[in-house]
Amino acid sequence: MSTTKRPDNRGRRRFLTAAGGVTAVATIAPGVRLIQRVLAKEDDQAVSSAVRWGMLINTNKCATGCNDCVTACNSEHGLRDTGRPDTDPQWIRKVKLVDDQTGKETSLPMMCQHCEKPPCADVCPTGASFRRTDGVVLVDKHICIGCRYCMMACPYKARSFVHETLTDQRPWSPRGKGTVEACTFCVHRVDRGQQPACVEACAGADHGALVFGNLNDPKSEISKRAKAVSSRQIRADLDLNTGVRYEGV
Amino acid sequence: MTTHRTTAFLLSGSLFLGLALTANALSGPKIPQARGEKCVEPVEMMRRNHMEFLKHKRDATMRWGIRTEKHSLVGCIECHAAKGEDGKYIPVNDPDQACRSCHDYTAVTMDCFSCHATVPKEGAAPAGSKGDS
Repeated sequence: MSTTKRPDNRGRRRFLTAAGGVTAVATIAPGVRLIQRVLAKEDDQAVSSAVRWGMLINTNKCATGCNDCVTACNSEHGLRDTGRPDTDPQWIRKVKLVDDQTGKETSLPMMCQHCEKPPCADVCPTGASFRRTDGVVLVDKHICIGCRYCMMACPYKARSFVHETLTDQRPWSPRGKGTVEACTFCVHRVDRGQQPACVEACAGADHGALVFGNLNDPKSEISKRAKAVSSRQIRADLDLNTGVRYEGV
Repeated sequence: MTTHRTTAFLLSGSLFLGLALTANALSGPKIPQARGEKCVEPVEMMRRNHMEFLKHKRDATMRWGIRTEKHSLVGCIECHAAKGEDGKYIPVNDPDQACRSCHDYTAVTMDCFSCHATVPKEGAAPAGSKGDS
């Protein structure tokens, strides 16, 4: 589909891609590059497996006590504090690791790891949990029955159940009582060539701990960095091939 | 005689009520004027098939990332949400508003708005645009 559509438009698309790249680099603080390479997906183009979205998290840059990614996520998707933290959904949470031997503390954001082989999708009885062909793991809330089997199956405790009636949802992020939800990698933004809200917030706060991009493109910033530095998947022993990787842990 | 008169009175009363109901039913649901030049499909087509369009589009968007505005629920709401006297948008599932008035008339329950936004986001870029959303 993507290769045959609008062949006469390619020159224009390349121009827009180049222009977008220039704009992105120019508007970000020195040393922080928000968008390495803008992927020109037209709105009417389907996602393809040529892309594998991923995130590389540098825990050395992730500040203890900083919650900017969580706040940005909550605001982007309309997650509100009801004062009942036991049941409030959370899409990202900050996790503190302490090395017993040295006492070294590490802070890192934990969210849906967007596995290549997601256990949540394996166990889903209705097909509501699914992996998009570009690697983003989502919940089809139209057919989710709220059984929460996926929440049990997820090794990262990344999913939440919506316990309460919601109002005033974001138009780009439908959420409702009785369904399971998790980080979407901000697909509504990524599909338009933007970065996820957390990544933007982290770069905006000058931390730059999060790099998002296409793992299948060797020229993307994330691929170059993943090749250059040592990083790992959490619970790599499960062989899920997560899309989120961590440096410094 | 009295009984006959009472019966006749009751009959005429119920006939009048029946006529009133018919008149009301014939007038049909009223929908606030939508913004935008025209709908994405002819009115007759939308009346019969809007649910199919929405269902098809939801799968295309969610599963394949196709984010065109045509047939998207966000697109519908952007045109069909009316503004009240206070200048604020009225939810499309409020009584007498675009979605609800017809659905009340036809006695069909909508389940869209337990999850989906009922008003356009003020200041947000419209669906299909490249702007910040």
